[in-house]
Amino acid sequence: MGDFILLMIGAILVNNILLIRFLGNCPFLGVSRSMDTATGMGMAVIFVLTLAGTITWLVHTYILAPLGLEYLRTIAFILVIATLVQFVEMVVQKTAPALYEALGIFLPLITTNCAVFGVAIININEGYDLITSIFFSFASACGFALALVLMAGLRQRFALVGIPKAFEGTAIGLVTAGLIALAFSGFVGLV
Amino acid sequence: MAITDEFTKGLWQTIPPFRLVLGLCPTLATTTSGLNGMGMGLATTFVLVFSNIFVSLLRRFIPNQVRIASFIVIIASFVVIVELLMQAYFYPLFKILGIFIPLIVVNCIILGRAEAFASKQGPLASLADGLGIGLGFTISLFVLGCIRELLGSGTLLDIPVMWSSFEPFAFMLKPPGAFVALGILLAAMNCISQMQARKGGGR
Repeated sequence: MGDFILLMIGAILVNNILLIRFLGNCPFLGVSRSMDTATGMGMAVIFVLTLAGTITWLVHTYILAPLGLEYLRTIAFILVIATLVQFVEMVVQKTAPALYEALGIFLPLITTNCAVFGVAIININEGYDLITSIFFSFASACGFALALVLMAGLRQRFALVGIPKAFEGTAIGLVTAGLIALAFSGFVGLV
Repeated sequence: MAITDEFTKGLWQTIPPFRLVLGLCPTLATTTSGLNGMGMGLATTFVLVFSNIFVSLLRRFIPNQVRIASFIVIIASFVVIVELLMQAYFYPLFKILGIFIPLIVVNCIILGRAEAFASKQGPLASLADGLGIGLGFTISLFVLGCIRELLGSGTLLDIPVMWSSFEPFAFMLKPPGAFVALGILLAAMNCISQMQARKGGGR
């Protein structure tokens, strides 16, 4: 159990998927303008990433590896993720309309979120077993949600302060992300 | 004439990732030196050019409802080709870029060009568009990589160029430095555009 806690802390704080591994930066800068969208996106990513991490691991171990088709990993994973997102969207819409309202437009966007694909590849590259893969996917997604919500909290305050004209929009967002990343690099050595 | 316009627009007007804020992950992660940035840029250009051509050639056969899935399969095929080619011929670079080579498949620039341009235009125009946007992306990555390499390790294309007492600031090579360097570069580009706009307005 101790190993799993270390793995979780490592994935959330030390090797944060957004700030240190640089995966999923497009939605990070795109939907962090308000707290509501950031929370919605964070929840959608936690849900899909945990599922995708599990299923891609199963596909790799039980379909691709026995047939010697590892080089088709990229195509297979992206198709699994795209199908999964579509499927999750349909199931959630039918069974939990309230949740669908909340996650809404963020679900389709996740197909091209490189965090999902990246974590699937990391699981295989690091040779994790099934349980570790599930934990690692879940923890990475939590790290993503944490960084996104932190960023949204900061960005909401930009409306109240004077920002130099050249820095408006994405530029100040990137510099802020850099400062958050600097704070997170203080966790290096924790695990 | 129109073809050259499609080509040159990618180099300044819509140069990614500055004007089109897409494809940030590889931009931030692989630009620890000028050469790494250029390698990533060229790999992306290869995929972008071929996926643009094929999407354009197949645009009449792909049903509208499943077009995104079809585009992704086309893009993924070329990513696998690049992955295998780089593993065979550029192994050190392949090791450095690591996970970001398979990740070209989810680079939003490529899907974005397939959806916004190649699915509506002929193959020749799509080729020019892909080449322009791809080279623009390569140049951006190369410039950002050179800046970070110069400040972070005091070298340019692996040749030491700074004076002997120069103390490199490792911050620029670390992840936080990537965000800050890109943010400042973006602000500098905004500044230039605003100055141009002001000059144009005064006339």
